[in-house]
Amino acid sequence: MNLKLKIWRQKGPKDNGKMVDYPISDISPDMSFLEMIDVLNDQLVEKGDEPVAFDHDCREGICGSCSMYINGEPHGPGRGITTCQLHMRSFNDGDTIHIEPWRAAPFPIIKDLVTDRSAFDRIIQAGGYISVNSGSPVDANAIPINKQNSDEAFDAATCIGCGACVAACKNASAMLFTSAKVSHLSLLPQGEVEAQKRVLAMVNQMDEEGFGNCTNTGACEVECPKGISLEHIARMNRQFLGAAISHSPEKGGGGGE
Amino acid sequence: MAATGLFLCIFLLGHLAGNLQLFLTDEAGKLQFNAYALFMTTFPAVKILSYLTYFSIVFHAVDGFLLTIQNRKARPTKYAYSRPDKNTNFAARNMAVLGSLILVFIVLHMRSFWYEMHWGELGTDAAGNRDLHTLVMTSFKNWWYTLIYVISMGVLGFHLWHGFQSGFQSLGLSHPRYSPIIKKTGYAFAVLIPLLFAVIPVYIYFFG
Repeated sequence: MNLKLKIWRQKGPKDNGKMVDYPISDISPDMSFLEMIDVLNDQLVEKGDEPVAFDHDCREGICGSCSMYINGEPHGPGRGITTCQLHMRSFNDGDTIHIEPWRAAPFPIIKDLVTDRSAFDRIIQAGGYISVNSGSPVDANAIPINKQNSDEAFDAATCIGCGACVAACKNASAMLFTSAKVSHLSLLPQGEVEAQKRVLAMVNQMDEEGFGNCTNTGACEVECPKGISLEHIARMNRQFLGAAISHSPEKGGGGGE
Repeated sequence: MAATGLFLCIFLLGHLAGNLQLFLTDEAGKLQFNAYALFMTTFPAVKILSYLTYFSIVFHAVDGFLLTIQNRKARPTKYAYSRPDKNTNFAARNMAVLGSLILVFIVLHMRSFWYEMHWGELGTDAAGNRDLHTLVMTSFKNWWYTLIYVISMGVLGFHLWHGFQSGFQSLGLSHPRYSPIIKKTGYAFAVLIPLLFAVIPVYIYFFG
């Protein structure tokens, strides 16, 4: 396959950056998208040019590192896949392929296609945990949890935090990511105890990071490589409204602060 | 946004119910409509609803404006190449533009009828009531005024297409059993209500 690549090149956080054309030839349709970029980078290195910087790690769709906005969509065409799971057979010979980094104020570009997504880490740190050690795995069914809740919690837990939801959203909103974490923990008994405190803290952190607001366009749900549903956003809204009205901060006593 | 938006949906139903009387273009219709207009502008309970409606419109517009600014700030650099048509529908992407057009329409519409009813120089009908009915009839005999009205109702339809179900989602009202019903109701609402609104001036233009 012969292709015309248009790739965002940006030397560093302060650089303005621009789209640069790279024609590439003899690409196998069986290659993954990242392998194609590897081939390009080999060629660039041979020519003495700077290779394209991009995030990648597991290359099997579970780590959430890879993050390319390909032909106007996060993780490119195709549904339920990350960039590393995208194959060149999804394109036609002679195609022009546009490749950009995630674009959002809370995801500053470090270089080329690499963005700093630590805003997500800070949202998790704000409340995406349970405060007690839940111990080693207990016997199955020792704690009664209904099937629906355990399924939904598991669906939410499949979020890999890649940031495609933010990249896809016209408002650069992080509601799908945040709601997946909120749902995942609040649907299970170990996490339910701190549900109110958690939702308030995580939503607050999300706003502080400068993500946009949710206008329910549903773009995130379509582009999410793990198919996380908008229902989690509704659940988070519901819990947030409830917590905002009824949550009372803990009074002193006990150890801690 | 959600609470005021959904309240305004209820307002639309009430407004439409009143407007349907305009299909009566004869003398009896005139007396009935003018009596209704007097009731709507003077009855205390209706006045409270009116103030709630004014508040909702202003809040919905101002809040929408502020949120849109925040949302723009969240993505200072646009994508060089983006295909939002792949993952969203037209209405969902353009709520702010559609809403702004509706606001322009509301200003025009209130100037034409609401302002005239309250402070304009209207004649009186046989019962001695201010004659809003005749003003409506003559206004919609104007082809471009009717056209603007019909186009505005189209814009409203798109706004409601996304807005109705979006309001429920924002309030966290989502349920595997009820959400599909809410969505279908929303789509039906978005088509039927603006359509009925739009049919009235067209009817007046041709048969009034």
